[in-house]
Amino acid sequence: MSVTTHSMSPQRRRFLIDTARMAGGCAVAGSALAYLARDARALPAEALRPPGALDEEAFLSACIRCGLCVRDCPYGTLSLADLGEDGPATGTPYFTARDVPCEMCDDIPCVAACPTGALDPALDDIDDAKMGTAVLVDQENCLNFLGLRCDVCYRVCPVIDKAITLEASHNPRSGHHALFAPTVHADHCTGCGVCEKSCVLPEAAIKVLPARLARGSSADHYRKGWEEKDAKGAPLVEGIIDLPDRLPGPGTDNLATPGGFEPAFKLPGASQ
Amino acid sequence: MSARTHLAVGQEAIEAKGWYGAHRYLILRRASQVFFLLLFLLGPWFGIWWVTGNLAGSRSFDLLPLTDPLILLQSVVAGHLPGLTALIGAAIVVAAYALIGGRVYCSWVCPINPVTDAAHWLHDKLGLPKGWQPKRATRYWILGTVLAVSALTGTIAWELLNPITMLHRGLVFGMGFAWALVAAVFLFDLVVSRRGWCGHLCPVSAFYGLLGVKSLLRVSAVNRAACDDCMDCFAVCPENQVISPALRGKPGQSPVILSPDCTNCGRCIDVCSVDVFAFTHRFDTRVTETPAAGRTEQTAA
Repeated sequence: MSVTTHSMSPQRRRFLIDTARMAGGCAVAGSALAYLARDARALPAEALRPPGALDEEAFLSACIRCGLCVRDCPYGTLSLADLGEDGPATGTPYFTARDVPCEMCDDIPCVAACPTGALDPALDDIDDAKMGTAVLVDQENCLNFLGLRCDVCYRVCPVIDKAITLEASHNPRSGHHALFAPTVHADHCTGCGVCEKSCVLPEAAIKVLPARLARGSSADHYRKGWEEKDAKGAPLVEGIIDLPDRLPGPGTDNLATPGGFEPAFKLPGASQ
Repeated sequence: MSARTHLAVGQEAIEAKGWYGAHRYLILRRASQVFFLLLFLLGPWFGIWWVTGNLAGSRSFDLLPLTDPLILLQSVVAGHLPGLTALIGAAIVVAAYALIGGRVYCSWVCPINPVTDAAHWLHDKLGLPKGWQPKRATRYWILGTVLAVSALTGTIAWELLNPITMLHRGLVFGMGFAWALVAAVFLFDLVVSRRGWCGHLCPVSAFYGLLGVKSLLRVSAVNRAACDDCMDCFAVCPENQVISPALRGKPGQSPVILSPDCTNCGRCIDVCSVDVFAFTHRFDTRVTETPAAGRTEQTAA
């Protein structure tokens, strides 16, 4: 080591080494923290955010974890996520519908309490909330799908007859009863979770899921021809001849569908 | 230097001013820490909701909003424009600490302070070596890193680790595994690094220090001529690099401790048997001119 090869002053050299050490250490620590931050985004499906919550990514940049929404919820629905629990990001508010659902207060006190706008103050009608979407996840165990008249999810729904309707159809098992299928209409469902809470089964057959799991989405370029036609008031393509539909069945000249078959035998005593 | 340096820290002060006189600010400070914690616990424990929320954000008497400005700053760099309530709350906190000293938060309010103080007390009792001592500027680097990670990940990054809000939220809302983080800080200060967390690493301490760079409320070595070099203030001060410029300043130099690292804890006032230090404002550069017996002897020798 000669003086000529290291002309840099010792102070400057020291400064540069210290700075490099600090920067290196911070890069390592920062990467670990960034990994944690990414990990914290994994919101479990059963953890629902309060009404008006921004979408998860924006929410984590906005929520300061003060718990004011939790305190102002009159039903004790909300809680702050504990550290170490395999749940939402530490300290952020959430609820589990099966435990305590959202009662959809008209004055939305949780949103009013939020100081940062993590719960969007633009939400002024609780019926517009989108905490998730109810999905009848298990038709095989749902009592209504078995042909019984449970109807509990339908009756407790705060947006009854809009968010959940009962769709009647033929019960093929008994052959002469109706089957009333609880049917969720996502446009009106707020994801409050009262249906999930009230489901009489040991494990709910209807569950509120976050929209990312509950919903599909239609492709942007899809157009529904019948809607376009109604909007235009005329066929979209001129000059197409609308031929009569040739449906099979008695009273028509077409007893068999094209390429189909006529029954090979008739039941004894059947009139036809 | 006299044999007095071998006496236990604060022993002389206890003899001169009595136990209470030598622990006044320590007692006041513990009372303040308990007071601020109790304000938040009145609601969940006794149903008296004067103060709702936690140290990250709160609402007092349904009127006064307070927001932690560092958490809000991370939120802003993460890309969120906070609501007006949060901004007003942070402005009030910034204004208050800019006036009384940013690190007053550290020594009079922060719930981690009793933890690290306890670690230091035990560290002293056990006579452990001071261990790893990263530069004090490390906390500024960590503060910068925290803001950078917040910006890059779009999250309030430090809240994933912050032992202060974890402990406070744990006490007010339910602990979970937050105690593990608190234990980690305690052990770090006890066996890894003497006074390591608050004074060297904590980005919250760095941030509040910056808030109080020009703060009005300051400790001054107003009676520095009386100093008998017992060194007790250096031993008791958690940021003892701040003392020298004020205490050992040449005539004409300000006796006020101007470093933003000073937490205004007042322990130097407590342990000084000749009452060198006093709380004052930053523009009060008065010094008392009567030299103490110890100092005169020394200069004569």
